[in-house]
Amino acid sequence: MTINETSAKTGHQLERLWISLAAVGLALAVGAVVIIWAGRSPLLAYYALWDATFGSWRGFGEALVSITPLIFTGLSVAFAFRTGLFNIGAEGQLIMGQMGAAVAGYAFAGLPAAVHVPLALLSGALLGALWGGIPGVLKARLGAHEVINTIMMNYIALYFTHYLVIGPLKGHSYLPVTKQVLDSAKLWRFIPPTRANIGVFAALFMALVVYFILWRTTLGYECRAVGLNPDAAEYAGINVSHKLVVSMMISGGLAGMGGAVQVLGVQHRFYDMFGFTGYGFDGIAVALLGNNHPLGVIAGASLFGILARGSQNMQSMAQVPRQIIGIVQAAVVIFVTGEYAVRRFLERRRISVSANDFVSTTSGRDSR
Amino acid sequence: MKRSLMLVLVLLLALSLGVSAKTGPKAVMVTDVGGLGDQSFNDAAWRGLGRAEKELDAEIRVVESSMMTDYEPNLANLAESGADLIWAVGFLMTDALENIAPLYPDTKFGLIDAVVDAPNVLSVTFKDNEASYLAGVFAALWSETGVIGFIGGMDAPVIERFEVGFRAGVMDTNPDAEILIGYAGNFDDPGKGKELALTQYNRGADIIYHAAGATGLGLIEAAKETGKYAIGVDSDQTVLAPQHVVASMLKRVDNAVFFGVEALVKDEFISDHLELGLSEGGVGLAYSQGVEIPDSIKKAVGDANEAIAAGGIVVPSTRAEL
Repeated sequence: MTINETSAKTGHQLERLWISLAAVGLALAVGAVVIIWAGRSPLLAYYALWDATFGSWRGFGEALVSITPLIFTGLSVAFAFRTGLFNIGAEGQLIMGQMGAAVAGYAFAGLPAAVHVPLALLSGALLGALWGGIPGVLKARLGAHEVINTIMMNYIALYFTHYLVIGPLKGHSYLPVTKQVLDSAKLWRFIPPTRANIGVFAALFMALVVYFILWRTTLGYECRAVGLNPDAAEYAGINVSHKLVVSMMISGGLAGMGGAVQVLGVQHRFYDMFGFTGYGFDGIAVALLGNNHPLGVIAGASLFGILARGSQNMQSMAQVPRQIIGIVQAAVVIFVTGEYAVRRFLERRRISVSANDFVSTTSGRDSR
Repeated sequence: MKRSLMLVLVLLLALSLGVSAKTGPKAVMVTDVGGLGDQSFNDAAWRGLGRAEKELDAEIRVVESSMMTDYEPNLANLAESGADLIWAVGFLMTDALENIAPLYPDTKFGLIDAVVDAPNVLSVTFKDNEASYLAGVFAALWSETGVIGFIGGMDAPVIERFEVGFRAGVMDTNPDAEILIGYAGNFDDPGKGKELALTQYNRGADIIYHAAGATGLGLIEAAKETGKYAIGVDSDQTVLAPQHVVASMLKRVDNAVFFGVEALVKDEFISDHLELGLSEGGVGLAYSQGVEIPDSIKKAVGDANEAIAAGGIVVPSTRAEL
């Protein structure tokens, strides 16, 4: 890569950063309008939003707790997307990961933490990979669309785990939960009394791994080739159906590990939520915001995590209902996607303008 | 310069809202992920705080949790902000409260629908099965077809109490009655609730009881559509459709929440586990004002009420006991 290309790429990235920041600013402005309309003070509300994460170590720790699962699900969706797959099933894969880690976390007594923690994390990741792999196989073998199947797998995960906690794995006299995981399986919390745990570093590490796989290995190259054009990839000798399955398994494994971290680091047991956790679905928005790049996913997850934590603080400090943050989140997504459209439009114009320049200079030369 | 001005402004705003004119305690609540507007126990708890604001001049706040992981920081934040009494509404907050309560020994906490044993926690559970038994008696006498329906949200121990109490009431009143049981698998899908209700009505049921949160609102829709009957739950849902929701099981979460604030004002707050049943006025059955309820039914329900309160009838709470 020449120096020119590198600087062009950096310029491009910088522009993208500006676009994202502008989108966040615009979205907050929209939120402010709604807050004023609701008769509250946007200044106080946004102070509360800021204060929730950056006002204290306690707040910062809890923000990390909100951010961590979103990094995992964001990476999960992004990886599948790079292979041209829409993984709507990160939610179900995360739920299965939670269950896998919870069971591995309490079933094996007497293990040292150095063995127990990786074992439990792996159990979660494997169950997630299985849950992602099934729609992957269905897509590769039968051509069944992964969007439908991953959505269905979400429901199977939800009701299957529900059955487990009220039946065979019931771990409490009246709550629909499993037993608590053993101390040897718990992730170390580094900002007590908050639940911020080393799972966040696991998330960052996995972002690195995803980057490495996608851009530094043959597998990643082939996955991206399939994502760009499966027919061309097939023609070039890439085993497309194999890539579809592997990609869905990696994607599911990432979401499953996110669920495992959630259980081992935060909840310490599997909870029947009577519904979806929402992390998997937010992961789609996070991946979109991050342009399916690991760094972008970390940024998107941080934004959503901070907004989520802030929405709670805004209620108690500024009496702004939690739905306002939902509006801000939606506005961010709309503006970012909107900005992409605007930028593509601008780029096209720039290309045609430079083409005109070329034409005029060459014609000038001709006339000379 | 501009920044410091901004900061002063923000601080002023924060102060102006922080200083309250209320003389009573600062009593706040954290909802579970269901949030306000559930026409059920979160709303009921908020009504209880509203009453405390009016009668005890309490300063009230509500924080609606968006996610499971919000419970702990929300409870901790409110404790840090100087709340005197914090209600954790819903059994999903059990673990969170167990972790947070010991960190703030000078703050009082209340918990609905579950028990935490700590010196600063008042735990309140309800004998839902007792009031559901009354609903069963009512349904058995009201039904003309002898087919009676029950719709649950999710099959969990809390909901099992409703189902089992209801079935016991029906069977003790009309042993020949057929009971249809359906679970929606969620608490937030009125469409699914309506579908289940229509199925049960089609199979001959003419009155259906539900314990399904917002999913149950679909039952009320179905009752209106088919001209049949329903029994509401938690809050007085007869007002939603007085011609069709002929009775409603009441779970007085509002009373419990108000009681907690009142106890604090009177300096009588104790950490305890209160189990509120029919005799304590914690649960009950309300009749619709929109239809004529035969005196014979009122009398039978009243008799059952007395028998349960006196211990003559012991209402089962699990399928194993039924």
